[in-house]
Amino acid sequence: MSEQRKQGPGSDEVVIRFDGVVKVLGGRRVLDGLSFDVHRGETLVIMGPSGTGKSVTLRHVVGLMQPDEGRVEVDGSDMASIGKKELAELRKRTGYLFQDGALINWLSVGENIALPLRENTKLGEDEIRARVEERLDLVKLPGIWETMPGDLSGGMRKRVGLARALVTDPEIVLYDEPNAGLDPETSQTINDLIRDLADRLDITSVVVTHLVSCVRTVADRVILLDGGGIVVDLEKDAFLSSDNERLLRFLGKDPD
Amino acid sequence: MKAFRDTCELLGYELSLLGSTIVRLPHLWRRRRAFVDQLFTIGVSVVHVVLFVGLFTGMILALQTGLALSQFGQQDQIGTIVSLSMAREMGPFITGIILAATAGSALAAELGTMKVSDELAALEILSVDRVDYLVLPRIVALAVACPLLAILCDTIGILGGGLVASSQLGVETQLYFDSAVEALKTPDAFLTLPKDVYVGLFKAFFFGLIIATIACSCGIRARGGAVGVGEATRRAVRDSIVFIIVANYFLTYFFYSILGDL
Repeated sequence: MSEQRKQGPGSDEVVIRFDGVVKVLGGRRVLDGLSFDVHRGETLVIMGPSGTGKSVTLRHVVGLMQPDEGRVEVDGSDMASIGKKELAELRKRTGYLFQDGALINWLSVGENIALPLRENTKLGEDEIRARVEERLDLVKLPGIWETMPGDLSGGMRKRVGLARALVTDPEIVLYDEPNAGLDPETSQTINDLIRDLADRLDITSVVVTHLVSCVRTVADRVILLDGGGIVVDLEKDAFLSSDNERLLRFLGKDPD
Repeated sequence: MKAFRDTCELLGYELSLLGSTIVRLPHLWRRRRAFVDQLFTIGVSVVHVVLFVGLFTGMILALQTGLALSQFGQQDQIGTIVSLSMAREMGPFITGIILAATAGSALAAELGTMKVSDELAALEILSVDRVDYLVLPRIVALAVACPLLAILCDTIGILGGGLVASSQLGVETQLYFDSAVEALKTPDAFLTLPKDVYVGLFKAFFFGLIIATIACSCGIRARGGAVGVGEATRRAVRDSIVFIIVANYFLTYFFYSILGDL
C-alpha cells in the first residue's frame, strides 16, 4: 500500500501532472499507472531502486519520451499532443541536468553555457558573456569560460551542466542523479546549490537521486518509486521518519 | 523480416534527414564556421590517403592496360585509358570509399557517442535544432570535400600512370600526357567542362551526400552505449559502400546510356 501526503509545500498551482502513465520498455512495464502532481515552487525528490523508471519519468516531462498510456501535462499542456513550437517554448522554460552534464565536448565551458542563448535569443555578445559569467559564479566556478569539458572533474561537469540548465532562467529544473559518482563534499555542494536556487529563484524542481543526504537538503516532498508505481509520497520530515517497511528496506534499515 | 523492416526504417529516416537538411540550406551561412571546420578536418585527415591510393591506382591501371596493349603495339593509348578511367570512375569511386571508411565512420562514431552520452537529448531540450546545428554543416562539408578530393585523386592517378608508362612501358612522357588531356576534351561540353570530368565530379558530390547522410543517420539512431556506437559505425561504413556502388551504376547509366553524347 502506498502512503500519500496530505498537503504539499509550494503553491496550489499544478505545474507537472502525471495521470495514470504507463511506459513499456523492452517488454517491461517500467511505469505502471504512475500518477502524481508537482506544484509551482515545490522541490520533489524521486527515489527508488535502479530500473524503476526515475529517469524515464523525467524524460516524459520534457517530451523526450511519450507515455504508452495515460497523460503527462506540463503547465496544462498535454505532452502527447503539444505542437512543435509550443514544445520548444516549454523547453526554453525548462532546465535539465543530465547525469554527467551532457556537455558538448568540442565547445568550451563558456560556449556550452552560451549555446541556448546564441541559438534561441537575439542577445548581443556582451550580454551573453555577462549572463554566462553570472551563471558560472552562481555554480561557484568563476573564470573557466575557456576550459574544455574534457579538462573538468565529474563535479565540475555537473555544475557547468547546471549553469547551462539555468542560463535561460527556467521555471522548472529537472535533475537526473545530480550526486551520482561524486565525493560526499562535492555532493553536498551540489545539494546546497539546488536548495539555494529553488529558494532564491522560486524554481519548481524535480530531483532524481538515491541519496538520503540529498533528500535532507533539497526536498520539500519525496516519492519512492517501485514496481512502476508510487510506494511512498510524503513530506520530507514525514518521509525521513516513516516506518514504511518498503521504504526502510530501500534505505537499508532493518524494519524490525 | 525484422532486418528488412529495420533497413526500410533506416532508409526512410535517411531520406527524411537529407530532406530536412536541404530545407535548411539557407541557414548554411549561419553555420559557416562549423562547415569550414568540418571541411578542413575531412580534407586534412584524408588528403594523404587519397593521394597515395590515387597514385597507385593510376600506376596499376597503366601497368595492367599497358602490358595488354603492348602486345598489339598500342601503348600510346595508355594515357587515354588512364585519364578516362580516373576521371569517370576510379577517382570519384576511390575517394568515396576512402571517405566512407574515414570521415563517414568518424562522423557516425561522433554523433553516436553524442547520442549515447545524452548530448543530443541535451541539444533537444535546449531547443537547438540538431539538423541545423550538427547535420547541415557535416553533410554539406562532405558533399563539397568529396569532389575536391576526387580532383586530386584524378590528377595524381594520371601522373602515376604517366610514371609507369614512361619508366616501364617505353611510352614518351609527352605522348602520354597529350593523349591523357585529349581524352578528357569533349567539344560539346556542358557548362564548359568536359563531360567525363563533370560527370565524375557530380558522382563524387553524390557519394559525399550518401556518406554523410548515412553516417549522420546511423550516429543519431545509435543506442546502447559503446556497443551501439560500434554497431552504428560499422553500419555506416557498410551501407555507404553498398550505396556508393549501386548509385555509381545508376549515375553511369543515366549520364552515358540515357543522356548519351549530351
